[in-house]
Amino acid sequence: MSKYYLNYLDELESEAIYILREVWAQFENPVILFSGGKDSILVTHLAKKAFYPSKIPFALMHVDTGHNFPETIKFRDDLIEKLGVKLIVGSVQESIDQGRVAEEKGKNATRNALQITTLLDAIEGNKVDCAIGGGRRDEEKARAKERFFSHRDDFGQWDPKNQRPELWNLLNGKYFEGEHFRAFPISNWTEMDVWNYIKRENISIPSLYFAHEREVVYRSHSWIPVSEYLKLEEGEKVETKKIRFRTLGDITITGGIESEADTLDKIAEEVAAMRKTERGDRSDDKRSETAMEDRKKQGYF
Amino acid sequence: MEINNNQLLRFTTAGSVDDGKSTLIGRLLFDSKSIFEDQLDSVSKTSEKKGHDGVDLALFTDGLKDEREQGITIDVAYRYFTTPKRKFIIADTPGHIEYTRNMVTGASTANAAVILIDARHGVIEQTKRHSFIASLLNIPHLIVCINKMDLVDFSEAVYNDIVNQFEEFSSKLLMKDVRFIPISALLGDNVVNRSKNMDWYQEGTLLSTLETLHISSDINKIDARFPVQTVLRPQSEAYRDYRGYAGRIASGIYRVGDEVAVLPSGFNSTIKSINAGEQEVEEAYAPMSVSMTLEDDIDISRGNMIVKKNNQPEMEQEFDVMLCWLNSDTAKPRAKYTIMHTSNEERAIIKEVVYKMDINSFERDNEDNDLGMNDIARVKLRTTRRLAIDSYRDSRNTGSIILIDENTNETVAAGMIV
Ligand SMILES: Nc1nc2c(ncn2[C@@H]2O[C@H](COP(=O)(O)OP(=O)(O)O)[C@@H](O)[C@H]2O)c(=O)[nH]1
Ligand SMILES: [Mg+2]
Repeated sequence: MSKYYLNYLDELESEAIYILREVWAQFENPVILFSGGKDSILVTHLAKKAFYPSKIPFALMHVDTGHNFPETIKFRDDLIEKLGVKLIVGSVQESIDQGRVAEEKGKNATRNALQITTLLDAIEGNKVDCAIGGGRRDEEKARAKERFFSHRDDFGQWDPKNQRPELWNLLNGKYFEGEHFRAFPISNWTEMDVWNYIKRENISIPSLYFAHEREVVYRSHSWIPVSEYLKLEEGEKVETKKIRFRTLGDITITGGIESEADTLDKIAEEVAAMRKTERGDRSDDKRSETAMEDRKKQGYF
Repeated sequence: MEINNNQLLRFTTAGSVDDGKSTLIGRLLFDSKSIFEDQLDSVSKTSEKKGHDGVDLALFTDGLKDEREQGITIDVAYRYFTTPKRKFIIADTPGHIEYTRNMVTGASTANAAVILIDARHGVIEQTKRHSFIASLLNIPHLIVCINKMDLVDFSEAVYNDIVNQFEEFSSKLLMKDVRFIPISALLGDNVVNRSKNMDWYQEGTLLSTLETLHISSDINKIDARFPVQTVLRPQSEAYRDYRGYAGRIASGIYRVGDEVAVLPSGFNSTIKSINAGEQEVEEAYAPMSVSMTLEDDIDISRGNMIVKKNNQPEMEQEFDVMLCWLNSDTAKPRAKYTIMHTSNEERAIIKEVVYKMDINSFERDNEDNDLGMNDIARVKLRTTRRLAIDSYRDSRNTGSIILIDENTNETVAAGMIV
């Protein structure tokens, strides 16, 4: 066999870099949507490679639910400083204070859906014409239909039935005033690919991803971390368990799993043996069969 | 750490409605243990609600709300699975006539196409249409799965008859590598596991075929083409005069020291350095994303192409393409469209429709000149400036174009340079 072929990780990397450079070339004011989770950290890492030796030419935009893992914020600020890029924060708390959105009520209340308004406000307010996300098609069935360049109308909405066909490597990022794009450079990566690549490149990620003794409460089939926002329900008790998180979202709804995986090697091994998708631990996706699709149509990540 | 050199194979599936595409993909994922418990749970629940006995495998891929309600696939959906030998990306495309554009989309980057035939019906018009598109898009490998063998008593005679039907009409098409596999997607025969009902078939299962196809030669490694996406000019003292030309190698191999020409200007220079990310490398090849510096200070910008001095593409302002119309607005004669070709963008007009293809009979129609949704035609394009083109047969990346309607910004056509 010829030696001139790429292995799958190199090919995924090359594809993602290509897309990031296309974003830079085709849009006026692109940003990376940065949640502090591994996927947006990965996208940022790829952007560093794509533009080396230049600095990353995008600002990072964080939609802050106000319900953060404290470590995520520290990680974000350290990374911003190291890369020398600008940070834009869209605050859900501010949207609430301004009366743009109302807090959900009841036991399973989250700020998840509220993020949509804050995100769209931040995109409009900062004149962003392309928001680069770490969404992957393997995450969820509505995401499986996303394009690399995904058009949003002037209400920020996605119309999955009327998407532009994407052929070869030719990406059409043309838009009219008021519209914008989302770009998904790691569309074709799976959770396993992400971990194998993080391991290979030795990318630093928040320690929340590693198993550690944590105070948690068992709720809707997963372990919710104790935080200042958590209200104990009747019958619930705080326990100490060795827990790690597969995704980092709103701290009030992101469940952890019991795990012994405290190194990248062990995490990759654990993920390979895993029988549940990573979003299976997020109560926001459990609300209905089409929860993600409905949110995405409105403008969610 | 052990380096995993497994390759990535992209394939697309095609077939008429109800031939079993979704079931086949569900079966591949299920039997290769790529389905997670929570996905299985949610699909089991939905299957139950709909009154199916057992799990409806098709539900793993029929993702969007409307599709689940109507029970049909309406757009391209991507699926992923990995075996110890390869990583796979499936573009699941629907079979309706009106959705030909989705198959073209899924096929454009595929290494292989899996075409399904219902064993009870044999080769039908859709089969011809899909095979034609596969050949038009120059998909390197074609795997024809004759499905629902359980409904024809796993009969070898039925299978042979369909293979003959297929070979008869496909002799008119250009296809390098065609294979046939008798399967039952529903029961799993010859998908991942070898069938116990068809001893007469001794070749590989679908999965083992996908795992062993030789794909390293699918990309042209002879004609070196490097379209410049963007120019890197770091704003720091250390890199004051640095100009890195960033892009993804479309075809061929580049080495430091190679004599190159820059198109369209035609200026010559020599490659000074090649970077893959932070790392300097001596050589790079398609489809790597790299950046290059040259020995000479030449004015180079997005849309230019760096090629080898002794192997250059044609520079043309007027050329023929096989055009597939993808939009419900019909083509406007002599209207201007934006044309995208590699990283280059110009304006173009359709000067002439040479002939339209009847994709059922493969006959040419010289009379009808209107281009509507899903039509395929040979046309003459004229662009505002010369483009550095190759024929699509030689190089997918430098032989392909799209047209964008400037009034709607929609991608209205995809073209393969003849
Ligand atoms: N008996 C039998 N039925 C099948 C087979 N494959 C698919 N089907 C059935 O054919 C119908 C259509 O299948 P589906 O996968 O939705 O077809 P699609 O429209 O091509 O995606 C469903 O009722 C399947 O259960 C097979 O190998 N044998
Ligand atoms: Mg289907």
